[in-house]
Amino acid sequence: MKISIERGTLLKAVAQAQSVVERRNTIPILANVLIEAEGDQVQFRATDLDIEVVDKAPAQVERAGATTVAATTLHEIVRKLPDGALVTLNADSAAGRLTVEAGRSNFSLATLPREDFPVMASSEYQSNFSANAAVLRRLFDKSKFAISTEETRYYLNGVYMHVSDGEDGKVLRCVATDGHRLARIDADLPAGVADMPGVIVPRKTVGELRKLLDDDEMDIAVSVSETKIRFATPDIVLTSKVIDGTFPDYTRVIPMGNTRRLEVDATEFAQAVDRVATVSSERSRAVKLQLEEDRLILSVNAPDSGAAEEELAVAYGDERLEIGFNAKYLLEIASQVDRENAVFMFNSSGDPTLMREGNDQSAVYVVMPMRV
Amino acid sequence: MPAFCRDCLTIQANQPRCTNCGSPRMKAHDELFDLSVAHMDCDAFYASVEKRDNPELAAKPVIIGGGKRGVVSTACYVARIRGVRSAMPMFQALKLCPDAVVIKPRMSAYAEVSRQIRAMMEELTPAIEPLSLDEAFMDLSGTRKLHGAPPAVMLARLVKRMKDELGVTGSIGLSHNKFLAKVASDLDKPRGFSVIGKAETADFLFDKPVRLIWGIGPAAQESLDRAGIRTFSDLLRWDRRDLGARFGQMGDRLWHLARGEDRRRVSANSPMKSISNETTFFEDTGNADILDGHLWRMAEKVADRAKAKSLAGRVVTLKLKRANHATLTRRQSLRDATQMADTIYRVARALMDQLGDQGPYRLLGCGISDLVPEAQADLSGDLLDPGAQQRAKAERATDAIREKFGSDAILKGRALR
Repeated sequence: MKISIERGTLLKAVAQAQSVVERRNTIPILANVLIEAEGDQVQFRATDLDIEVVDKAPAQVERAGATTVAATTLHEIVRKLPDGALVTLNADSAAGRLTVEAGRSNFSLATLPREDFPVMASSEYQSNFSANAAVLRRLFDKSKFAISTEETRYYLNGVYMHVSDGEDGKVLRCVATDGHRLARIDADLPAGVADMPGVIVPRKTVGELRKLLDDDEMDIAVSVSETKIRFATPDIVLTSKVIDGTFPDYTRVIPMGNTRRLEVDATEFAQAVDRVATVSSERSRAVKLQLEEDRLILSVNAPDSGAAEEELAVAYGDERLEIGFNAKYLLEIASQVDRENAVFMFNSSGDPTLMREGNDQSAVYVVMPMRV
Repeated sequence: MPAFCRDCLTIQANQPRCTNCGSPRMKAHDELFDLSVAHMDCDAFYASVEKRDNPELAAKPVIIGGGKRGVVSTACYVARIRGVRSAMPMFQALKLCPDAVVIKPRMSAYAEVSRQIRAMMEELTPAIEPLSLDEAFMDLSGTRKLHGAPPAVMLARLVKRMKDELGVTGSIGLSHNKFLAKVASDLDKPRGFSVIGKAETADFLFDKPVRLIWGIGPAAQESLDRAGIRTFSDLLRWDRRDLGARFGQMGDRLWHLARGEDRRRVSANSPMKSISNETTFFEDTGNADILDGHLWRMAEKVADRAKAKSLAGRVVTLKLKRANHATLTRRQSLRDATQMADTIYRVARALMDQLGDQGPYRLLGCGISDLVPEAQADLSGDLLDPGAQQRAKAERATDAIREKFGSDAILKGRALR
């Protein structure tokens, strides 16, 4: 194999590959990216056995062929080459080497045979639909902060994407929770989704997917089966196993009956929470909210390090209420609000609290209070 | 050379026998009256207490340990002559020494003697760091004027009092830091008094194996072996940075220890790092119900101790030992620290379920670590487990009942498995 490719194009493809390969792994080939050249394009394939990403790029192919080489090393080299350079990759299968040439730089890298590279088995997809990149971006961006990292509840280590009943008919819904907070984000149902099985998309896949969603105009082809999900743009195909588990029944967790309503400017609220939380030395960083008519007092009292208090003008007309939260959780949900005021719906100081943006029911957050 | 008699405690010139009482137990060393960091280790402590309380046992081999399945926790010196060692499986110990008297540990009796020893140590110095019931570090720096005698004499007086008043013997290691004091106390057991002075530190360590270092277990030993480090002289050849790069934090410590340096202070209140409990089964089992019962009882014991100390843990650990003695440990960090048996049990149970069926097992244990004060624990509930708050309330109520009517007053069905 011998190809010449523009440095920027190569960097983009190799960057995607190296973020998929597992940093620490015991199987050498899994650290490699498979490079296949044919016609006038080259294809980069990387996998950690759970996720596979295939990236196509235009290139001058002098000699078709394929090889595999360490993804992180190749990425580091290409990253350090000057912008605009033309890079030549030349595989010598007899010597087991790949030479990388750009200008006066010359590298020779060890390769492993392409036959050893594991290719993810293709599967039958039950549901195929097309979704706008901006829609998918909103669904995952607004839910991913709530993904759990707890390994014992592995079925929470991803975003549950499924079809559900919204206010006005069926919606495409993403839910994530770690037991302390929960995000439920809805989008209009794209055509062809109706028979999609509900799947839990793993955290790492959500991160990799994000790189495909920067272009608002782009349509993403989504394919879903019980065990796999695939996202495809004309250049990149991301295939991932989904988490084999049952997502818990989240509907009973969402406190739709809460009646005490607080409306507050989300930015002001977040800044105030951030300020008062500064004095807290504990890792849990509890912030106390004291609510009375049109007044919210945020306070932190950390006996070892200090105390802080800040008052905000808010819209609140219910009985007095004192309730505590983890400052980080409050900041995370408040930062999801970008257009209107944040509306909090409380019940008591021991019950889950609901937050949404204005009256928008398409993005709902739940956060568990803590003892203060 | 400074010297004194370990029986009548008089300071005198060094000679084979004491000029005062005629005892041969003289101690002499160039730095004897300058060193002040000591380690006191009781001799076969549990067995000594048993022999004291039952003089008939005096000449018999005595083994303290649990049941036929357990391991030897302490063997008296008579049993040790026959090859019995602590941590040896009981069946093996009984093979070596079939006429041994096996006694189940009476922890409360040992704790009582330990308290009495502690009171005696407190008369010497406030800087005491107990490592267990029967051993402790003491720093006697600057006490010479107060006591009117150098630390060495006061330490000899301590072990003499322990023997005269409590009927247990101990060995003293005296040196210029904790590491060497601990090594020294082990050199001349029982009723030993060993000194490692600054001048001979390097020579003393030179050909000693690195496993002498307290805290170097089989795993660390193996990684040191791979690096070709067996003795302190091997360690001395290593550059400080290389050791750090290869062994991390331990590397820097090793570099200092190789030079006989140990800056750790004898600290009276070294904070507790973890609370755990384990049990060896009467017979190996892979039965999920039986394991579940054991797990609950262990979780409850851990929770009881955490509550008694007003502590909670952010990490739950599960430990299982398979029939072939291979140990499996798994840990899970929690968002919210806990001291509740219910939470510890549930997390440990999930860890056990993840292990799958690797039994039969011979031992099960669980514990909590990364400890915080209880005021920072169990602060928030779990959205997906609304019953947790109810169960926590039930557990607090159970605790109150047991406080009032005894620990057997109320039990979970699962505890009877």
